[in-house]
This record gives sequence, C-alpha cells and structure tokens, in this order.
Amino acid sequence: MIKQFFQTVEATPWGTAVRESTWLFPTIESIHVLSLVLVVGSIMVVDLRLLNIASRRRSVKELADEILPWTWTAFVCALITGSLLFSSSAVRYTGIWQFDAKMCMLVLAAINMGIFHLGAFRSVAQWDLAPSKPPLAAKLAGGISLTIWVIIVSLGRWIGFV
Amino acid sequence: MIPTVQTVHIVSIAIVMTSMAMLDLRLIGIAGRRQSLTEVGARFLPWVWVTLVVLLCSGSLLIIAEPNRELINQVFWLKMSLLVCAIILTAIFQTMLRRRSGFWEHHRAAAILLGSVSLLMWVGIVGAGRWIAYVEHG
Repeated sequence: MIKQFFQTVEATPWGTAVRESTWLFPTIESIHVLSLVLVVGSIMVVDLRLLNIASRRRSVKELADEILPWTWTAFVCALITGSLLFSSSAVRYTGIWQFDAKMCMLVLAAINMGIFHLGAFRSVAQWDLAPSKPPLAAKLAGGISLTIWVIIVSLGRWIGFV
Repeated sequence: MIPTVQTVHIVSIAIVMTSMAMLDLRLIGIAGRRQSLTEVGARFLPWVWVTLVVLLCSGSLLIIAEPNRELINQVFWLKMSLLVCAIILTAIFQTMLRRRSGFWEHHRAAAILLGSVSLLMWVGIVGAGRWIAYVEHG
C-alpha cells in the first residue's frame, strides 16, 4: 500500500524526468545544497544568539524578525527541490535508514521550534532587554536546534554514499 | 570518513554562505537595514575568515583523499578561481569599510555592483562544488 504510493510518486512526470535526465538531478541538487546552507546558516545565527555566543548586543526579537523570513524562503526552496530529488527514486530512498532518520530529525526540529515559540519566545519582551540574557529554556532550544541541524546535514550527505 | 569531512565542509559553507549573503544583501540594500554596514561587517566578517580556514582544511583533506576527483577536474578549478575572486572582493569590501565607515553609503552604485557580483560568485562556488561530483575526471 505504502510502497504502491511511492511507486506512484516515482511514476509522476517530474519523478520520471529527474530520474531519466543526465543534468536535472545535479542541477536540482545544487539548488537544494544552496537552499539548505542558507537554512542551516540562518538558523545558526538565531541559535548562536539564543546561546549568547554571537550578536550579543542585538535584540533577539529584532534579529529573529530580520533573519527568519530568509530562513523560510530558503526552506521552501529546499523542500521543493528535496521533494523533486526524492521523487526520482522514492522507493529506494524510503528503504535507506539515513533518509528516514533525516525526516524524523526534521520533525524533531519542528517540534523544538514549536516548543520555543509557544514557550520562552512568548515572553521575549521581558528578557530581551539590553543586555539581553536568554533564559535557560531559550538557550536549550538554541542548543538542541543547532545539534539537530548538524545531524540533518550529516544524514543528508550520508544518503549520497549509500 | 569522507562523508564526515564533507559534513564539516557543508556546515562551514552554511556559515560562510549565510554570512556573505547577509553582507552582500546589506551592501545592495535589501536586508538588515536596521544596522549600519560597519555593524553588519563586524558581526559577520570574523565568522567568514575563521570559517574559511576550516573550509581550507576540510577541503584539503577531501583533495588528499581523492586527488584525481579534484585536481584533474575543470569544475574544481572553476570553483577555485571563483573562490579567489570572491575572497579578493571581500577583502576590498572590508578594507574600504575600515578606511572610511561611510564609504559604501557614499558610493551606492559601487556597493550594489560589488554586493551583486560577490553574491553571484558565492552561489557559483556552492553550485560548482556540487557539480565536481558529476563531471568526469580530466
């Protein structure tokens, strides 16, 4: 049933096109890499601020407002290109544990982000006064996020070697 | 081993690429306008230079591991040429900024040109880096 679904994904016109073309896969992959380095890099800017390691003189709120729209734009690009790469051999990718682990890590990153936004970030106005010292919950969110994203990059690269 | 070094390499690229994108977009005038160029430079340039050293080390390891994949690959040399140009542009940017903090605000056309060319070069470097794997040696 699930396998059938992934076979259907592979048989889509775009799945077939990416699989059969010699240049489409590397081109889409290059855009995927470009998008993901911007996603990871911009998230690191926020995480390192939450950990009080970088941009310490800047307000967390201001910094997040400034950089997160770029993060989301890059993330949408990474999602689209990633889906296209996946559709070229969906059945094979879902059989690779590194791929499954990467998807789980993405979900964990989303949960961590959700907890932060519904928790510590709601009272940002109270702790974001200069010189701002993020509370433990915010530091924790930053540290966990940083770790998860490095693991995601590592698993993603690993998929290419299986 | 190679996947691990490549992961270090990609995470470092994330740091340099994002820092350069922030600088170049600020130079063009699209992002981060709440801070002066001097402030944005002070935030991101140290990360760029330090991380470039990490990239040089991880990149060298990747060359030592598979010399033929890199050294007789035209895309690799394209990447290196772009890298040298991009580093020179970044050094010019930083030098002018140090000499006169308002330099790029007073030379808007040059700022937009430098920012755009630099951004395109870094995009080219990342793209070429991935294409190395797909071009036949020699």
